[in-house]
Amino acid sequence: MDRHFFDELNSLKQELLNMGSLVEEMVSIAVRALVEHDVNLLETIRQNEARVNRLQVDIDEYCLKLIALHQPAASDLRFLLGISKINAELERVGDHTVNICKGISVVLEKEQVKPFIDMPKMVEIVSSMFKESLHAFVILDVDKARMILLRDDQVDQLRYKIIQELIELMKKEPEKVETAVSLILTANSFEKIADHATNIAEVVIFVAQGKDVRHHFEDPLL
Amino acid sequence: MPKKIEIKNLDLFYGQFQALKSVNMAVDGNNIVGLIGPSGCGKSTLLRSINRMNDLIEGVKIRGQVLLEGIDIYSSKLEIYELRKRIGMVFQRPNPFPLSVYDNVSFGLRVEKFKDKKKTAAIVEKSLKAAWLWDELKDKLHKSALSLPLYQQQRLCIARLLAVEPEVILMDEPCSALDPIATMKIEELMLDLKKDYHIVIVTHNMQQASRVSDVCGYMLLGEMVEFGRTADIFTNPKDKRTQDYITGRYG
Repeated sequence: MDRHFFDELNSLKQELLNMGSLVEEMVSIAVRALVEHDVNLLETIRQNEARVNRLQVDIDEYCLKLIALHQPAASDLRFLLGISKINAELERVGDHTVNICKGISVVLEKEQVKPFIDMPKMVEIVSSMFKESLHAFVILDVDKARMILLRDDQVDQLRYKIIQELIELMKKEPEKVETAVSLILTANSFEKIADHATNIAEVVIFVAQGKDVRHHFEDPLL
Repeated sequence: MPKKIEIKNLDLFYGQFQALKSVNMAVDGNNIVGLIGPSGCGKSTLLRSINRMNDLIEGVKIRGQVLLEGIDIYSSKLEIYELRKRIGMVFQRPNPFPLSVYDNVSFGLRVEKFKDKKKTAAIVEKSLKAAWLWDELKDKLHKSALSLPLYQQQRLCIARLLAVEPEVILMDEPCSALDPIATMKIEELMLDLKKDYHIVIVTHNMQQASRVSDVCGYMLLGEMVEFGRTADIFTNPKDKRTQDYITGRYG
């Protein structure tokens, strides 16, 4: 039994979870910026982003090293591929949180265009999907992962509703175009975070069971 | 159309010890079949039962069937000499005869009392070419085979097999005495030969099994735990025991 290799796999997982915590913090900051209009944490988000970028490179290097030196197979190989994929997803989520904070700063400079109703609803779902996706990976919980996949449609519907309302607003009050566009971009960024959470959930299923459920090649409910 | 080789519920006993337990397996199509498993799991015994090499061991008892194109090789319908001509074997350590390169390759033909010298020469050349030895040895055909380096000896043994045109080649850890470069050459040769021959290889080297075989069987304590596509066995094995062995958690 190659204990050394298993220790390495565990410490790689720990690195990814550290990165996950940083990104989770960034998502919470983005949510606060939107819901509580608190943009003072933009600097924190930027610092986290730099650390996340560094971790992304380190983690991929670590994966490459373990694949080259240990030639893993079966569940170990899937685990390493999974780590590398989630690594890329986390980095993208981090980028979206930066965009969200920038967008909200623009909105707050102007007057509020419409009471946020659907947006906080959507943001709450997205942030919980993201947290759950990381948790599903920690314990390799396939049922939890499958539940996340089912919630993505809800987010898409809310985003559609938000955008429709903002388009109507722009037609009626063209002077509010700038703010409305920023809000549309913010809604899009949150929706993309949900997509990344979905991708992480798909990776969890792949790592745990070796099933590729991407693009509905396999019914996630099965 | 019967399969090239089909093994059905094969039990094998060495005296009281049961070395194979109801093994099922098939060799067909242009596939290289790999057999993996820890020492003593029965993979070499299984390989040797495909051309009745175990008959040479005292106290061996066999139950079940090994079918070569539908004919049971343990029945009287197939002469053992004919069987071993159709199913050849390459061993762990190269075992050339203490003869010249030429005489080694043409040995099988002489046993068959094949007299045509011109045709013999052509078959020797063809076999050495197929084993990628012709260019290296065409000027050393009358040199003793024992003076060749190990990697050439092993390929010479393969050429000697090819000269009698077998249908199946059994390989029992054919690279365990070879360095990585020689191993790579044998593996490339196997991939080349699989177009024309059915190959079954027993190997301790899991990377080798994953590199060369198309279908793979994992054996443990005489049982065929899992038999399936190599790509599946090495990415997503169905049985936990296979998973543990593949990932080094066995033992």
